[in-house]
Amino acid sequence: MSILVNSGTKVLCQGFTGKQGSFHSEQALAYGTKMVGGVTPGKGGQSHLALPVFNTMREAVKQTAATASVIYVPPAFAADSILEACDAGVGLIICITEGIPVLDMLNVKAALKANGARLIGPNCPGVITPDECKIGIMPGSIHLRGKVGIVSRSGTLTYEAVHQTTALKLGQSTCVGIGGDPIKGLNFIECLQMFEADTETEAIIMVGEIGGSDEEAAAEYIKSHISKPVAAYIAGQTAPAGKRMGHAGAIISGGSGKAADKIRALELAGAIVASSPAGLGESVLAAIKHKAG
Amino acid sequence: MNLHEYQAKTLLQKYGIPVPRGQVISVAKQTPTVTSEIDSPAWVVKAQVHAGGRGKAGGVKVVKSTAEAQMVASELLGKTLVTYQNAPDGQPVNQVLIEETLPIARELYLSMLVDRSLERIVVVASSAGGMDIEEIAKVSPEKILQEVCSPLNGLVDYQARNLAFKLDLVGDQIGAFSRLLKGLYRLFKENDLALLEINPLIVTTEGKLFALDCKMSVDDNALYRQKALAEQRDWSQEDSKEAVAHHAGLNYIALNGNIGCMVNGAGLAMATMDLIKLHGGAPANFLDVGGGATAETVTKAFKIIMADPNVKAILVNIFGGIMRCDIIAEGIITAVKDVGMQIPVIVRLEGTNVELGKQMLQSSGLNIISADGLTDAAKQAVLSVA
Repeated sequence: MSILVNSGTKVLCQGFTGKQGSFHSEQALAYGTKMVGGVTPGKGGQSHLALPVFNTMREAVKQTAATASVIYVPPAFAADSILEACDAGVGLIICITEGIPVLDMLNVKAALKANGARLIGPNCPGVITPDECKIGIMPGSIHLRGKVGIVSRSGTLTYEAVHQTTALKLGQSTCVGIGGDPIKGLNFIECLQMFEADTETEAIIMVGEIGGSDEEAAAEYIKSHISKPVAAYIAGQTAPAGKRMGHAGAIISGGSGKAADKIRALELAGAIVASSPAGLGESVLAAIKHKAG
Repeated sequence: MNLHEYQAKTLLQKYGIPVPRGQVISVAKQTPTVTSEIDSPAWVVKAQVHAGGRGKAGGVKVVKSTAEAQMVASELLGKTLVTYQNAPDGQPVNQVLIEETLPIARELYLSMLVDRSLERIVVVASSAGGMDIEEIAKVSPEKILQEVCSPLNGLVDYQARNLAFKLDLVGDQIGAFSRLLKGLYRLFKENDLALLEINPLIVTTEGKLFALDCKMSVDDNALYRQKALAEQRDWSQEDSKEAVAHHAGLNYIALNGNIGCMVNGAGLAMATMDLIKLHGGAPANFLDVGGGATAETVTKAFKIIMADPNVKAILVNIFGGIMRCDIIAEGIITAVKDVGMQIPVIVRLEGTNVELGKQMLQSSGLNIISADGLTDAAKQAVLSVA
């Protein structure tokens, strides 16, 4: 098994004929993802990458019975795309776009809640279940199907975690990049919950960073609900307060959101926290060993 | 993006929120015009910088005469004001705001922000105005009031009344407070604010409400549709290297160390800084070059890093992702040549074609050290500046 996506996931692409949409859809198809078409308003009826293009999500979902949608549209239009996917009844929406205004996301989140749709991102690399389904911008080649579930706020740090678990032959069940924005779809807790329930996942790596208190909330959840070994890493120990470190959500403000507090909370919850991003693989091995012992 | 107090107050006025009469000047000799237009027993001269703690740092002064006002204005203008928030560098004072003084009976605290865990706009209020909210939270947390706004209905009347009564407002003040709060909510939403803070919100001895001080910051992601606000950005308040990087489309934050960092991805960029520290060094900056580490972006990034005279070595950390390492290596080599780099450049590459990329770096004949993995890269970088 795995979580969120597998070989049966039928994927639509919003912003399909654009540069990003085309490039990453090609990559996804090459990886074996079951892409079923895409949407570009005004280009309906055309064919792109040998797949049908639709004008609207409603039409696309009706014709293809897609279960997931990936969004590569500019930030000014991305919130609208999420709402359109949600309204069309897509159960899993992955938004790669970076730079969506926060106030737009507040409304989007309320709509998602009302419709029961799941969102991954925005401002994220996407989600992958190795050998089955790759949705997003991550390099497929570094993955190895296996037993570690990975959830991360950072794209490139997800790749680090993947690279190290591949090198150690542990492999990954599913990797979820939840994104670097302050208001986002799936968070650590939902992913931890799914990994805990997934029979293939034997251990979990969670990668957090400064800003907000999602890691502290996740630590509380780990303490009471997670029986599987957890390794973690928190980026931004040397980040100055009050500065936004690239990600919209990565900012220490009013004394909260510090890396040290998150690390302490995770350690208290029994997670093995790597002191270096190079130590993610070893830490998950240590966590597995610790639980077994 | 932060606004100055005078800019924020102009916006407040537009939404019907009472502020003291005042005018901003950038030359001290304009003072008499302002004091003659604003009749008041005394005035307050306020340095306009993007930092809190101005009062304690001598940036806010009450004056009794035009001569005194002009003297204070000329002292402040052109000066660099260092407060506890912007220390040690401080920020330049290019404008001062001269305002009337009002007879204060009470000082309240009021703010609006997006709460990340609630995923809602939240109004925070307190009867303990004049203090930092962090301080109120520490000293008297029971005095912090909160109302959560629903995306559907926004801020509604009963919520304003809830706060008004708990703030011990009376009579006409209740209605005035409700109108003020609803104006603020509209302002917050229509201008894509990330934070709006009025501290203090005063009640005068006559029972009137005024926003005595105001801080606003705008959501950077929304600047594309807030053009009028974006134009008000005062780059003089930001680190000059950060401003240059911003205009070059790069994410750069200056730090105090001597190892420059160039990394793809914000998370990995932070992790690289942490790694340098872990191995005994000090990072000079945060810099995310994004996904496409092309020769052009790498050159731009090198130039920005090199503008910091403290930098003695540069650590380049790129996880290739979909972009091939040989292409990235080519970009780095071209950039090192273009910039005429004198200091060592330590490069850690990972991803497709990594061996070819490393080989190209090693045989370039340039001062480039190709590292084996993250830890080796950090160690080599620290060693190179030791």
